[in-house]
Amino acid sequence: MDIFTQQLINGLVLGSVYALVALGYTMVYGILELINFAHGEVVMIGAMVALAVINALLGAGVDLPGLVIASLGLLAAIPVCALLGFSIERIAYRPLRKAPRLAPLITAIGVSIVLQNVAMMVWGKQYISFPAILPATRHQVGGATVTDLQLFIFLLSCTVMAALWLLVQKTRLGRAMRATAQSPEVAGLMGVNVNTVISITFILGAVLGAVAGVMVSAYYGLAHYYMGFMLGLKAFTAAVLGGIGNIAGAMLGGLLLGVIESLGAGYIGDLSGGFLGSNYQDVFAFLVLILVLTLRPSGLLGERVAERA
Amino acid sequence: MAMLLLLRHDRRAALAALLVVAILLAALPFLVNLGLGKTWVRILDFTLLYVMLALGLNIVVGYAGLLDLGYIAFYAVGAYLYALLASPHFGLHLPFWALLPLGALLAGLFGMLLGAPTLKLRGDYLAIVTLGFGEIIRIFLNNLNAPVNITNGPQGVNLIDPVAIAGHSFGQTWSVLGFSVPGLYLYYYLFLALTLGVIAVSIRLQDSRIGRAWVAIREDEVAAEAMGINARNIKLLAFAMGAAFGGVAGGLFAGFQGFISPESFNLMESIMILCMVVLGGMGNIPGVILGAVLLTMLPEALRYVGPLEQALFGRVVVDPADLRMLLFGLALVAVMLFRPAGLLPSTRRRREFDSSEAVLAQEQASVYDAHK
Repeated sequence: MDIFTQQLINGLVLGSVYALVALGYTMVYGILELINFAHGEVVMIGAMVALAVINALLGAGVDLPGLVIASLGLLAAIPVCALLGFSIERIAYRPLRKAPRLAPLITAIGVSIVLQNVAMMVWGKQYISFPAILPATRHQVGGATVTDLQLFIFLLSCTVMAALWLLVQKTRLGRAMRATAQSPEVAGLMGVNVNTVISITFILGAVLGAVAGVMVSAYYGLAHYYMGFMLGLKAFTAAVLGGIGNIAGAMLGGLLLGVIESLGAGYIGDLSGGFLGSNYQDVFAFLVLILVLTLRPSGLLGERVAERA
Repeated sequence: MAMLLLLRHDRRAALAALLVVAILLAALPFLVNLGLGKTWVRILDFTLLYVMLALGLNIVVGYAGLLDLGYIAFYAVGAYLYALLASPHFGLHLPFWALLPLGALLAGLFGMLLGAPTLKLRGDYLAIVTLGFGEIIRIFLNNLNAPVNITNGPQGVNLIDPVAIAGHSFGQTWSVLGFSVPGLYLYYYLFLALTLGVIAVSIRLQDSRIGRAWVAIREDEVAAEAMGINARNIKLLAFAMGAAFGGVAGGLFAGFQGFISPESFNLMESIMILCMVVLGGMGNIPGVILGAVLLTMLPEALRYVGPLEQALFGRVVVDPADLRMLLFGLALVAVMLFRPAGLLPSTRRRREFDSSEAVLAQEQASVYDAHK
């Protein structure tokens, strides 16, 4: 039971980060039907910028509480990522909006390669460690251990997601976003500035990505120029699992994928009688994905898309 | 263009042109060796492998319109089959002519295995499932060394037998009439022959009943089914055929390289092959070949950036190894921005693209008229 609770908690924390990244994919997909393959790299840049600022502050001997320093790093990462998200859409996707569907996919891959290599040239090939400035108090919950950091990550993710939900459901901008997702042409006729809405969507996704990037590097204590690739892959999987284009689906998919992964890693050895080790945890995630999509071809919360008329 | 028309109408000119191309292709490794050195003959061999892979993926993505992000898995299946049955790992040494068809068959089976659960999925859902499938295969290859050692895990399989025809190993130089031909060249001719075979099959498929059925389900699955096409079988066939090409290329890769490990079959490789197909021009055979040649050679050519910097600025400003992939990424973006339908789009696709532009122009014109 202890292991179960522990893995469940770990899974929820990891899953909440996946969910934040998945939201970036799903919002863009909902509006443009485009897989923004460069999103994982935006997350990575967010983590790198924040770490650079944090390390610079510590190096300068600034005497502030750890949480404040980490927040300053995050505050520096957010505008950088927002600008990055905005520019990527402007340079690589907007000129191709009327092009065949796979063309923006290739530019996305190109942008992703460029960002990875720029990051490698700026910050080097080695792992950068996240300084231990955040409080690491441990709490006992039903036989499992929760650190302050885990609690903090989970709560911050939930707050950000709740804020996004309110933004999309309650504000004028949110209504414009939903209208654009349904039909850009009609939304345009109703006086929505579609290009602005698309730009804002990319910026929002990138900001969520920056938050996720900082949290994930704090959680693992590491950042690396290649970290965005795997994280992006997992988050995209989560978005598809929940039903891509659906905001609630991305949140559900992210949390679910995180939990499946941790539980899978914890139990796969017992389930298979020691035949399969925990290094099969990624297989587990993908198998669940394939199973879910076989039963529900448009994801857990995705709307059933009617056959093309 | 005029040249092409001339060739189409004048039989003798066409024959002469064919002869020139044949001689050029036959002499290519010698010319390349003279001009650029042995490394480039090796790159030439790899280019042919990638042409085969890209043509195989073209069947799935270009013809049938099924976005496959896990194509490298079939390459891996072919390569591992060859490696396990022709290396000291199990002590088996089956001949190459038996292993290639076996690899094609097994990869084709895996293609069907992937195709079966994904038939109902569309577009990007299919993409992520194929991606997951590719990753699953790679993770299994990486971990199947315990408790029973099948794939030798991350260390990979070593000392794989080189391809041998009629008792002659391609691992050694071949002397014929006092003329010595190194193994690298022999591989080139073997790969060239098989690539030409794959091209021939692709062309014949394109114009066949099956090829037209693929195009039909790509354009509109519902309408195609109404016309009596069995969408399920025809999709499975696309997956199986594409995968079989990948399996053959994989077997050749294992024999050529002599060593394989799961690292060679990661997601980035799948993505690269997809880039070759899309960048060159989906569904168009010359386009796909051009894409494969360009994307294999470009990263290699970019290795010369270092000496170039030296010549231009008198010193190395940026480490060329770092710059190489950066320039490669920029090239991908630039090409797609300037030629969104690919470098050499198929006529059908070009027509679609142009017509949607024309419709757009007309719509904009009419909106403008309304304002007046």
